[in-house]
Amino acid sequence: MKLEIHKLNSYYGPAHILFDVDISVGTGEVVALLGRNGAGKSTTFRSIVGLVARREGRIVFDGEDITNRPTHEIVRRGLGYVPEDRRIFTELTVEENLMVGAQPARDGAPCWTPEKLYTLFPNLGEMRGRLGGRMSGGEQQMLTIARTLMGNPSLVLLDEPSEGLAPKIVEEMANAILAMKNEGLSIVLSEQNLHFARLISDRAYIIESGRIRFGGTIRELEESPEIRDAYLAV
Amino acid sequence: MEFFVVQFLTGLASAASLFLVASGLSIIFGVTRIVNFAHGAFYMLGAYVAYTLTERFEGFFGFWGGILLAALVVAAIGALLEIVLLRRIYRAPELFQLLATFGVTLMVQDLVVMIWGPEDLVGPRAPGLRGAVDILGLAVPTYDLFLIVLGPLVLGALWILFHRTRWGVLVRAATQDRDMVAALGVNQTWLFTSVFALGIFLAGLGGALQIPRNAVTHLMDLSIIVEVFVVVVIGGLGSVLGAFIAAVLVSELNAFGILVFPKISIVLVFLVMACVLIVRPWGLLGRPEGPARQPAGLSIRPWHPMSPNQRLLMLALVVVAGFVPLVAGNYVLTVLAEIAVFALFAASLHFLMTVGGLASFGHAAYFGLGAYGAAFATTMFGAPMVASLLLGPLLGVAGAILFGWFCVRLSGVYFAMLTLAFAQIAWSIAFQWVEVTGGDNGILGVWPASWASSPAAFYWLALAVSVAGIAALRVLVFSPFGYALRATRDSALRSEAIGIDRARVQWAAFIIAGTFAGIAGALFAFLKGSVFPDNLAIPMSVDGLVMVLLGGIETVSGAVVGAVVYKALAIWLVSQTDLSKLVLGAVIVLLVVAFPKGIVGFAEDLMARRRARTDDGGAALAAPAKAAPAAPGSGAAPIAAPKMEAAR
Amino acid sequence: MSEPILEVENLSKSYGGVHAVRGVSFSLRAGEILALIGPNGAGKSTCFNMLNGQISRDSGSVRILGRDTAGMRPREIWRLGVGRTFQITATYPSMTVRENVQVAILSHHRELGRLFGFAGARHRTEADRLLGLVGMQELAARPCGELAYGDLKRLELAIALVNEPRLLLMDEPTAGMAPKERVDLMRLTASIAREQSIGVLFTEHDMDVVFEHADRIMVLNRGQLIASGTPGEVRNNPDVKAVYLGEGSVYGGEAA
Repeated sequence: MKLEIHKLNSYYGPAHILFDVDISVGTGEVVALLGRNGAGKSTTFRSIVGLVARREGRIVFDGEDITNRPTHEIVRRGLGYVPEDRRIFTELTVEENLMVGAQPARDGAPCWTPEKLYTLFPNLGEMRGRLGGRMSGGEQQMLTIARTLMGNPSLVLLDEPSEGLAPKIVEEMANAILAMKNEGLSIVLSEQNLHFARLISDRAYIIESGRIRFGGTIRELEESPEIRDAYLAV
Repeated sequence: MEFFVVQFLTGLASAASLFLVASGLSIIFGVTRIVNFAHGAFYMLGAYVAYTLTERFEGFFGFWGGILLAALVVAAIGALLEIVLLRRIYRAPELFQLLATFGVTLMVQDLVVMIWGPEDLVGPRAPGLRGAVDILGLAVPTYDLFLIVLGPLVLGALWILFHRTRWGVLVRAATQDRDMVAALGVNQTWLFTSVFALGIFLAGLGGALQIPRNAVTHLMDLSIIVEVFVVVVIGGLGSVLGAFIAAVLVSELNAFGILVFPKISIVLVFLVMACVLIVRPWGLLGRPEGPARQPAGLSIRPWHPMSPNQRLLMLALVVVAGFVPLVAGNYVLTVLAEIAVFALFAASLHFLMTVGGLASFGHAAYFGLGAYGAAFATTMFGAPMVASLLLGPLLGVAGAILFGWFCVRLSGVYFAMLTLAFAQIAWSIAFQWVEVTGGDNGILGVWPASWASSPAAFYWLALAVSVAGIAALRVLVFSPFGYALRATRDSALRSEAIGIDRARVQWAAFIIAGTFAGIAGALFAFLKGSVFPDNLAIPMSVDGLVMVLLGGIETVSGAVVGAVVYKALAIWLVSQTDLSKLVLGAVIVLLVVAFPKGIVGFAEDLMARRRARTDDGGAALAAPAKAAPAAPGSGAAPIAAPKMEAAR
Repeated sequence: MSEPILEVENLSKSYGGVHAVRGVSFSLRAGEILALIGPNGAGKSTCFNMLNGQISRDSGSVRILGRDTAGMRPREIWRLGVGRTFQITATYPSMTVRENVQVAILSHHRELGRLFGFAGARHRTEADRLLGLVGMQELAARPCGELAYGDLKRLELAIALVNEPRLLLMDEPTAGMAPKERVDLMRLTASIAREQSIGVLFTEHDMDVVFEHADRIMVLNRGQLIASGTPGEVRNNPDVKAVYLGEGSVYGGEAA
């Protein structure tokens, strides 16, 4: 297993947000974490990378317990994180944004260079010197993923990569994520857009009120409409 | 003509040190969001340490090595301060760090006198640069020319550092979003420490380089910190090039102001600063800050008016305070009267800062104007005390109407800096317009009427006015106007969208706060029997800030508690020890670390936690967020971390 | 009841020589729900902010209920009867849910200048009525800073209804909500709009929401309107597919 989460409980101050969350991700797998807003998707990701102050349980990444490590150490072990609100450095150019994310290459993970990323996201290659703040939402979403890939992670957490993007851009995003998978990356993405998630994922979890309610393959999810309707229903 | 050229060169030479110190402050603020009040103290330390080192090690290498080593020593002290103190309080409300660094400044002031003595020290001249160069027939010190060259060199070096090194790019990234930098694998703890050390190094270097030009004194920290604030604000926070341009501008204004407008030489710089801020609110080269940052005083624990029981308790406290003269002596009564006056002053600032989200760094202006107003009424027009107490604050009101109109056009740190500039303008007028204000000698003979001249009577008067004022401010907080004011603080966007005229509401709040400060000032004039420019100087404004922050900026009643604790402590310490600043500074630092939400904020947290426990009835602490609506109005509000963080 | 609430003619805006919005014209009738869609950076937000008065326009005219809004500030436009919700919610986190609504009501009655009296006791029933309308009555005493995102969006709708608006401007009203919440919110908005004959203009990226709830759709690309019509017409328009909709694999509806 690439990433294993056992009985994760998280708190914001006195508020208990996650309850006994169990998630596992195999090497090279794309796993979707589905659920409505406020269900706990972002909190799960933030807990994994150590951005939530109080968390209990066990998070094992590449066989090592990272539960109580500080954020930068977790990231340096090859666990990349792309936050939902993109958080581009608007005063820095595209190239400088990529420079901030740069980390040394590591075994067992694809190695990314700016040039290689410009082929994955051709738009970015055309605007290397542009300030992050002068890019459209779709371009910023590409940049935030590219920036995290510069850390040469072996697993990436993508928080709502399709949110707020035009359908056409979402299709491009799906292709980029499949290309990342082909490079051997393991990917966990949180999503509300089921159409998008099933295009690219191998397996899915459904989270609701801080608890995991379903875990299985995309096929199993499609064959159980009652689960889909209960937690994701349109 | 020749003379002007030389004067110009002198100005440029002064600009070098000013630029070094200001760029350091700007860099530190950019990344850590700390307005480092102790920056002047480190500048002063740089000068003192350089003095000691250059006295010890003579010769060319002794001198230049000593200057560099002094800056490094000071940078190391700065790094230590960051590691020991600041790391603990980065998550505290904004401005709270200002309080901590202010405490450090107080400590350094006493420490410096302890180590180096109170006399001015004259350092050695720079080896190799002792002479003067003949320019247009006038002698210009070679050392000045060296400084003129050094400034642009440092500017260039900093530019390369920030644009051509990975460390520099990381710093610029962290300036914008430090959490995201950590989420990309950068150890931000050490990034912060290194940035802080660099900023302090620049301050120390600026101080060390001054020793061949000026005597080293234990007052040089306050004089530079004000100028540095001005430079950073004119140049634009976070812009190193802006700091350079502004340093030159300010130094030349100083150099020529004294020649061209000797009468208003001190005001000139602040007038320019006010003009720049009005035309370009974010400074010459700064960028407008996004509105997303959480304003001061924004609490997520909704406020409630006092319950009948709490009101009874307050009434009982006031009654007890009213009986104090039966048991206390004259000295104690005078001290208590002063505390009452400052409680009102702090409450007025609190109204602006907490309810309005507008942190004023120059609130003493309206306090001082009220005091001068009362003094004018008494000494010039011979008005009786009651009339003076009514008329005096009008001067504070007038000042608030005029200055406030400009100030409310800005927000955040820039608002704070413009209020500081206006306060300095008011101070300069009081200081330089000797014919009317008596200048440094102040106005004496502002004595209370005979019925209020005994300490007990004046104490009752001060208590009555202060309690009435504080009660009025509290009524305002919960009035429709108070809600409008909080609305402009919470979300300017939403307020505009529901028909609220933000500038007008905030202007009104500014005037209200100025009015009550003016009332406190008028009382203060009669308490002391005199007024001085000090009444509207920066230390007085800082006192107000300390009281509000110490009490707790997110609470309704913090200011009064903060004022009582701080003022009582300060007065008591002065009577007990020669090192009162050292002790007071240390106490402030300890309080900041122990109670990052202020004294009242801490108490409220404690009560909320206790209540949450009893609400649960011993059951497992499950999802108290859901328990909250079950107890409406209890004030027991768990935090809402996720949303607040997302809002950044 | 079909007089135009909003008439926009030849609206244009450019930044440093780049046309953000160019020659946009449309009108909106009472009770009609009109969607404005387009790629990121097409000028939707610029367009919206000009209608709202947040940014000034270079040329063209905007008439709301027959009044030209040239030079009017957002707060003056609000007084004409225009409700507004934001893409990133803008509420008052330090107040309770009810107080958020009360402030808007106080402003509507021009009572926010009063210096006395407890504001929290005023217009409580009216605030609770509006909260009831969006199904939030039981949350009235909650601190607003604690609300879930979907609840904040509903609160914004309640606030927008305070001044009995004739026009609602909603910038990505369902962004960040779960599919079910999206549908609920839009159904609620639609029923209120029809009942009170309010014209609704909204931007949105969720095509399921747009195709199901909009009476009419306008598509903006590079600052210009490239298509306008019923959901059926727009979804089969080849130009719209090319610049915006793509192959249709990432949204549902009948096509999927």
